[in-house]
Amino acid sequence: MEELVLEARGITKRYPGTTALDDVDFDVFKGAVNVLVGENGAGKSTLTKILAGVEEATTGRILRQGKPIRYSSPFEARNHGVGIVFQELNLVPNLSIAENMFMAREIMRNRFMIDHERQESEAAEALRRLQLDLPPSTLVSSLGIGQQQIVELAKALHGDVDILIMDEPTSALSEQEVKVLFEIIVDLKARGTAIVYISHRFEEILEIGDYITVLRDGRLISKARIRDIDIHWIVREMTGEEEKPPVPRRKSLGGALLEVNHLRLPNFSGGYKVNDVSFKLRKGEILGIYGLMGAGRTELLECLVGAQPDATGQIVLEGREIASSRVDQRIIDGFSLIPEDRKQQGIVQTFTIAENMTLASLSRYTGRFSISSAGEGRAVDDMIRELAIKIGSKTHSIFSLSGGNQQKVVVGKNLLTNPRVLLMDEPTRGIDVGAKKDMFDIVRKLTDEGLGIIMVSSELKEMLTIPDRVLVLNKGRLTGEFDRSELSQATLLLASGSK
Amino acid sequence: MTTSVRNSGKGGNSFTSLLIQLRTFGVLILICAFFGLMAPNFLTYGNIPILAKHIAVNAILAMGLVFVLLTGGIDLSIGSIVGLAGMVAGGLIYEGIPLNFLGVAVYFNAPAIMVLALLIGMAIGFANGWLITKFNVAPFIVTLGMMYIARGLALLRSNGATFPNLQGASEHNTTGFPVLGAARLLDIPLSVWITAALAFFFIYLARKTPFGRHVYAVGGNEIAAKLSGVNVDRIKIRVYMISGLTAALVGLIVTSELVAAHPATGTSYEMNAIAAAVLGGTSLAGGRGTIGGTLVGACIIGVLNDGMVMMGVSEFWQTVIKGIVIIAAVILDQVQAEIQRRSAMAKI
Repeated sequence: MEELVLEARGITKRYPGTTALDDVDFDVFKGAVNVLVGENGAGKSTLTKILAGVEEATTGRILRQGKPIRYSSPFEARNHGVGIVFQELNLVPNLSIAENMFMAREIMRNRFMIDHERQESEAAEALRRLQLDLPPSTLVSSLGIGQQQIVELAKALHGDVDILIMDEPTSALSEQEVKVLFEIIVDLKARGTAIVYISHRFEEILEIGDYITVLRDGRLISKARIRDIDIHWIVREMTGEEEKPPVPRRKSLGGALLEVNHLRLPNFSGGYKVNDVSFKLRKGEILGIYGLMGAGRTELLECLVGAQPDATGQIVLEGREIASSRVDQRIIDGFSLIPEDRKQQGIVQTFTIAENMTLASLSRYTGRFSISSAGEGRAVDDMIRELAIKIGSKTHSIFSLSGGNQQKVVVGKNLLTNPRVLLMDEPTRGIDVGAKKDMFDIVRKLTDEGLGIIMVSSELKEMLTIPDRVLVLNKGRLTGEFDRSELSQATLLLASGSK
Repeated sequence: MTTSVRNSGKGGNSFTSLLIQLRTFGVLILICAFFGLMAPNFLTYGNIPILAKHIAVNAILAMGLVFVLLTGGIDLSIGSIVGLAGMVAGGLIYEGIPLNFLGVAVYFNAPAIMVLALLIGMAIGFANGWLITKFNVAPFIVTLGMMYIARGLALLRSNGATFPNLQGASEHNTTGFPVLGAARLLDIPLSVWITAALAFFFIYLARKTPFGRHVYAVGGNEIAAKLSGVNVDRIKIRVYMISGLTAALVGLIVTSELVAAHPATGTSYEMNAIAAAVLGGTSLAGGRGTIGGTLVGACIIGVLNDGMVMMGVSEFWQTVIKGIVIIAAVILDQVQAEIQRRSAMAKI
C-alpha cells in the first residue's frame, strides 16, 4: 500500500514581502489519508492551493507516479487526477445535484442541448458510491450541509480523480454527518483513492489519518505515521516547543465591568450557535476568545453588540442590566464592535476617511440639526494623531489607505463612541506586522484607561501574548477558561479541538 | 454624469475634480447653446419660465427620489402618487366629502386640502418603507405593487373621470387652489421657487445632517452602517416618506396648473425622475449621488424635451434620443469612474 501517487519536492512560494512556503516536501500515498496540519499561517492552505492548481509554486516540482507534471489551474489539475473540496461549499443552490456535478463540464447531447438523462444516470451512480440515497434531480437547496458536502465530494471525484484534497471538511458538519463522511473516506481508501486531509481537529486526525505532515512557518517540520504518534506529539510539532508564554502584564485590574449570563443564540437549523455562555469581564481587562471556525466566536461578539436579535440571556454592564436590543442602543450603552471583515462590515467604501471615522458617533458633533464640520474635524484629527494613522488628507477616500491604516480608522470609529467594552473580532486580520504591533500598543493603552476589551483571534501567538485571560469556545459552548499564567498553545488547542 | 461629485472636490487635484464636478453642468450648457442656435425662440425671456416650469415638476420628483436611490432602493410608485394626490385634492375641492345620509358635503379650505394630500403621499411612502424593512421584500417589488395600488385608488376616486374646474367655490371656502400652479413671483413661476427652496433644503439635509450621512452610509455599506449604530430600517422608511411627499407635492402642482385632476396624471413620471437622477450621477447601487447633480440631470432632460419640440423633432425620435442620451451618460460615467479608480490605485 506504500505507493506514492503524488510527490511535491522542494516547493517554495514567495509573495511580495513574505515567503509562504520554504522548500517543502509533501508525499501523498495511494489509498491512504495523508493529513496536513499546521497553525494559521503555517502554509497549509498555500500548499493545498498549489497541489490543486489554484496557485503555482515559485520553485519546486510536482511528481505524479514519479513523473514530473505541471499544471496551473484546477481544471488542469483534474486532468492529472487531482480534485479538491474547498472548506466553503461551492454549490449553486437553485440547481439540481446533477447539474451541480456537471457544472461547466456538461455532457452534451449535441452542440446545444445538455444530455440530462446521461448526466443524471452518471450522477446517480456517483451518489450510490457515496451512499447518498437521493435522486440526482434533487435541488441542492433542499439538502443539509452534510449532504451538500457529499455532493461536493461527488463533484470533485467525478472522472478519473484518484487524489482528493479535502480542506477542513468537517468544520461545518454535525457529529452524525462526520461519521457518514468518515465511512465514505474509508470506502474511498479501499478503492485506492489518495486523500489529502487538512484539519484542526486532532481527534479526527487520529481516527481517520494514516500519514501526517506538519508545517510550521512555511517549513516542513516532521512527517510520521499516525499510528506512531499522539495528540501531544502533534501539538508539540505544530507549535515548536512547549513554550511558556511571556507572562508579564500582571497589572492590577479594575472592578467588575461586564457580566454575561446564559447567553444563547439559536441556530437556524437547530441547536445553538452560542450555547449557554457565561463570563465576567473586569475594567482594564483584555479577555481573549479562542476557538476553531464555527465555534461561535463572532456570534458571541455580535450578541453583545446587539447585532443578533434572536440572542437571549442576561448582560449586566457596570451593575446595570442591559435591556436594549439594537446596535444603535447598545453603542449608547457602551458596547462597540470592530468587525471581523473590514471590507464587508467595517468600512463604507464610498466614504472618506473622516466620514468613516465619525459614522458611529455623529450625534456628538450634531447641534440642533446639523453636523458641525469643525467639531467633526477636530475629533477626526485627534483620533488620527492618537492612533498614529498615516494619511494624506482626511478627506481622501478610505481606499487611499493601506489595510493596517484602514483598520486603525475602524478602531478610531469605535473609540469615538466612548465605549466601555470594546469588542474586537480578528483585529489584525490582513494587516502587516508593524500595524499589528501598533494595534496591540493601542489596545494596551486603552485598558490603562479602564476600557474592557474582548478580543477574538485565531492567531495562537496573539492569544498567548495579548489577553489577561482566555475563554475557549467549542461548538458554541465554553470549554475552557485560562488565566494568562496557565496559557500555552497546547492547552488552547486541546480545549478548542477536542469534542 | 458625475459619480463622484460628492467625494471629489474634497481632495486630490482640485482643478481636475472641479472639472469632473462641472462636467454634467457643461453638458447642460452645451445642450442649451445647441437648442439656442437651432430653435431661435428657445432661449428667450418668454420661453425660459415655461421651460423652468416643465423642469420643476421632474426636478422635485427626482430630488425626493434620489434619497431612496442613495440607500440602494428604488421607488416606482411616485408616478401613481402624483396621480392619487391630485385626485384627492381635486375631489375635495370639487365635491368635498359627500355625506350622503345627511345630504350634505364637508368641505376644507385649500391649504388644508394640500396638507392632506401631502400627508397621503407621505403615508404611502411610509407603507412602502415599512413593507420593505419589516418583511425584507425587494424595494422594486413593493413599490411596483404600490404603483398599481395608488393608481387604482386614483381611478376609484372618480370612477376614472376627471374633476374639472378646480377654481373652488367661495361658499365652500375652497378657492385659491390654482394659485400653486399659476402664481408668479418676479416673473418666475411659484413651482420654480418651490423647486429652488426644496433644493437648498435637500442639499442641507443630505450634506449637513446625521440623517443625510446615514442615508449615504446605508447605500455605501448597509452592514457597516448597521454595526456602526445606524438605525437602517428607520432611515429606509424615512427616505420613502420623502419620495412619497415630493410625489404628492408634484401631484398638487400639476393638478393646480391644469385646474383639473385626472386619474392618469403622472403615469411614467417615475421613469423621468430615475433618468434625471442617473444623468446627475446617482448610482442605482446606492451610496453615490447628489441633489445638485440630480437637479442638473432634470434640467438636461427638460431642455432636451422642450428643445426638440421647438426644433420640430418628431415625438418618436425624441423618445429614442432621450434613451440614447441616458445610456451614453451612464457609460461615460462608468468610464470616468474606472479612470479615477485606476489613478487612485496607481497612487497606492
